[in-house]
Amino acid sequence: MASGGGRTLSEHASKQLLAGHGVPMPDDRAVGSVDEAVEAAEAIGYPVVCKLGGDAIAHKTERGLVRLGLVDAGAVRHAAAELLAAARPDDGAVHLLVARQVRGSRELIAGLSHDAQFGMTVMIGVGGILAEAVADVAIRLVPIDRVDAAEMLDDLATQALLGPFRGEPPVDREALIDLLVGLSRAAEADPSIASVDINPLIVVEGRPVAVDALVEVRA
Amino acid sequence: MSGRSWQPTTEHFLALFEPRGVVVAGASTHPGKFGFVALHNILVAGYGGAVFPTNRDGGEILGVPALTDIADVPDGAADLVFVCTPASTNPDLLRAAAAKGIRAAFIASAGYGEAGEEGRRAQDDLVALAADLDMLVVGPNGQGVISTPASLCAQIVAPYPPRGRIGIVSQSGNFVSSFQNYAIASGVGISRAVSAGNAAQVGVVDFLEFFADDPETDVALAYVEGVVDGRSFYERLRAVCERIPVVLVKGGATAGGARAAASHTGSLATDDRVFDGMCRQAGAVRATTIEEAYEAAATFATQPLPAGPDVLIVSTAGGWGVVTADAISRTAPLRLLPMPEDLRAELDTKLPPRWSRNNPIDMAGGETKDTIPDVLATAARHPDVDAVVFLGMGIQGNTAKMEREGRFYPDHGLERIVAFHERQEARYTGAAAELVTELGKPVLTATELAVASPDNAAVRGVRESGRYCYPSSNRAVTALGHLVRYSGWRQRRGLGL
Repeated sequence: MASGGGRTLSEHASKQLLAGHGVPMPDDRAVGSVDEAVEAAEAIGYPVVCKLGGDAIAHKTERGLVRLGLVDAGAVRHAAAELLAAARPDDGAVHLLVARQVRGSRELIAGLSHDAQFGMTVMIGVGGILAEAVADVAIRLVPIDRVDAAEMLDDLATQALLGPFRGEPPVDREALIDLLVGLSRAAEADPSIASVDINPLIVVEGRPVAVDALVEVRA
Repeated sequence: MSGRSWQPTTEHFLALFEPRGVVVAGASTHPGKFGFVALHNILVAGYGGAVFPTNRDGGEILGVPALTDIADVPDGAADLVFVCTPASTNPDLLRAAAAKGIRAAFIASAGYGEAGEEGRRAQDDLVALAADLDMLVVGPNGQGVISTPASLCAQIVAPYPPRGRIGIVSQSGNFVSSFQNYAIASGVGISRAVSAGNAAQVGVVDFLEFFADDPETDVALAYVEGVVDGRSFYERLRAVCERIPVVLVKGGATAGGARAAASHTGSLATDDRVFDGMCRQAGAVRATTIEEAYEAAATFATQPLPAGPDVLIVSTAGGWGVVTADAISRTAPLRLLPMPEDLRAELDTKLPPRWSRNNPIDMAGGETKDTIPDVLATAARHPDVDAVVFLGMGIQGNTAKMEREGRFYPDHGLERIVAFHERQEARYTGAAAELVTELGKPVLTATELAVASPDNAAVRGVRESGRYCYPSSNRAVTALGHLVRYSGWRQRRGLGL
């Protein structure tokens, strides 16, 4: 989603910025060493996911810098060592991001982006690997209020995804509304935000959790 | 659009839509010229004010003496000049018009922004001059303006529509004609219509704001291909939607359409999902097609806003109710009202046992001569019902038509039965109209006879009640969906119905 002219924050910095605007995040920690990664995992509780992070790293999955389903200290130690070894000189300063691995069968996307004609917009959509092909999104102009946010949810074509789903409870609409209004407020409060891409926004026991997020700030 | 330092006022728009007199500049004796057609259309539509054709040669055109100089128009006798003269002569013309007290100009002349660098300069100069003269300038390169309360048909194209409550503004002149054609076909008419042309000084949203103020207009209908200042467009559109419903149809919604729009009006491509969200947020009703847009506007103009999404189908017979139930179920946010128990019990006393006992109400052909209006009224009055789709009208009228036109008429008792059938159709559609007034709920009548046999007694009955006769139940459901969506948008924001 980076559209030029700006720079992207690391996943960790992105999440810290968004957490300040009420975006729910899984418990995570940024650490510098293999030992610290194990320590973080023990504190968070297994299973965890471990990623290599840094301001210059935007496409972790494509580069194989995400390790999922780490169930014990040995797995974390092994993954953390491999990730640090995979860092390239042009990645600059890097860190290890250790996070609780959340589970949910529904993935959404949410974000902010700038439209040349209408300015800052806020978006919610159906996520997952088919997200682009499905293209089920609802967009509004910043700022939005709770009524606008609720209407965005109503606009999604795939309403079945918001109800009870595969043994999981319905999506907590108020939590999604909080998240969308929070994004809109973030855009208003912080003009340096050029775009936000929360993908995936996984529905965990009905509650949305931003598992990955990327914030682009203006240069 | 250069600068918004000059703002049009209601007085400027009234000079355009309700002028005391009209000057047709560049009036021609040649029936193929715009300067002839515009004058012709003004005269034949029955405009009541004074008409002053002007041209270089003088003489008489269509029985009206032409003036060789706009200076010869009596001071204060005209408020509007309709301009068909070459672009290069227009600055002097506008100065002379302003000196006569003219406050509005419609510029049909081409050779402006659509015609390269030089044209763009001429257009910018025109806008600056108009601001100096405190004059509303519509166009250039537009097809004209219609105002039925003033019987004004100042346009270089046909037709002239019936009077009604829909205000139209379009970035494409030919769609003004399309909407007018729909007005003629349906009988649901228009208050004002204007082709914005190149929209040099005033554009779509300026007219929408006037329509919101206009006592002659209840709903606005606009065709747009592009917007110049998106943020300001949104904010102004939203303020208009808080006052009157606005139906928008946008050209260039797809990649292929956007390329065509770029060459038509020079509009930039828009992310259609953003435009769509902007409409939802602003409360504007977005239609996919010109036909759907007119039907939505005609429905806003002739039916009350439903208080909620629960729709009841009342059908005299057949599968109409079934496919309409499908259409309602597919059209968010409409709901097919589950048949209320008390209504079912009450209808059991009025209908034979084979009636559907459900929504859709299928009367199953078991009616006496009073059954249809009685069942319709009972159903529509139920407090859980927000809107009614009324189906199966025109069957008796259709039979009557065939019998009236057949060789046995009027013998064998045909004269009497034909009259009975037609009276019954008038009763049914009259009952539907009275219920709308009584209950403040929409009752939409749909039959393909609206197209197939517009002289059918049922179709005539709907139209004589001032309402739209929908050519299919699917189209009625689509229109109703727009009403319910707008009604919900208002209620969720505490704006009331």
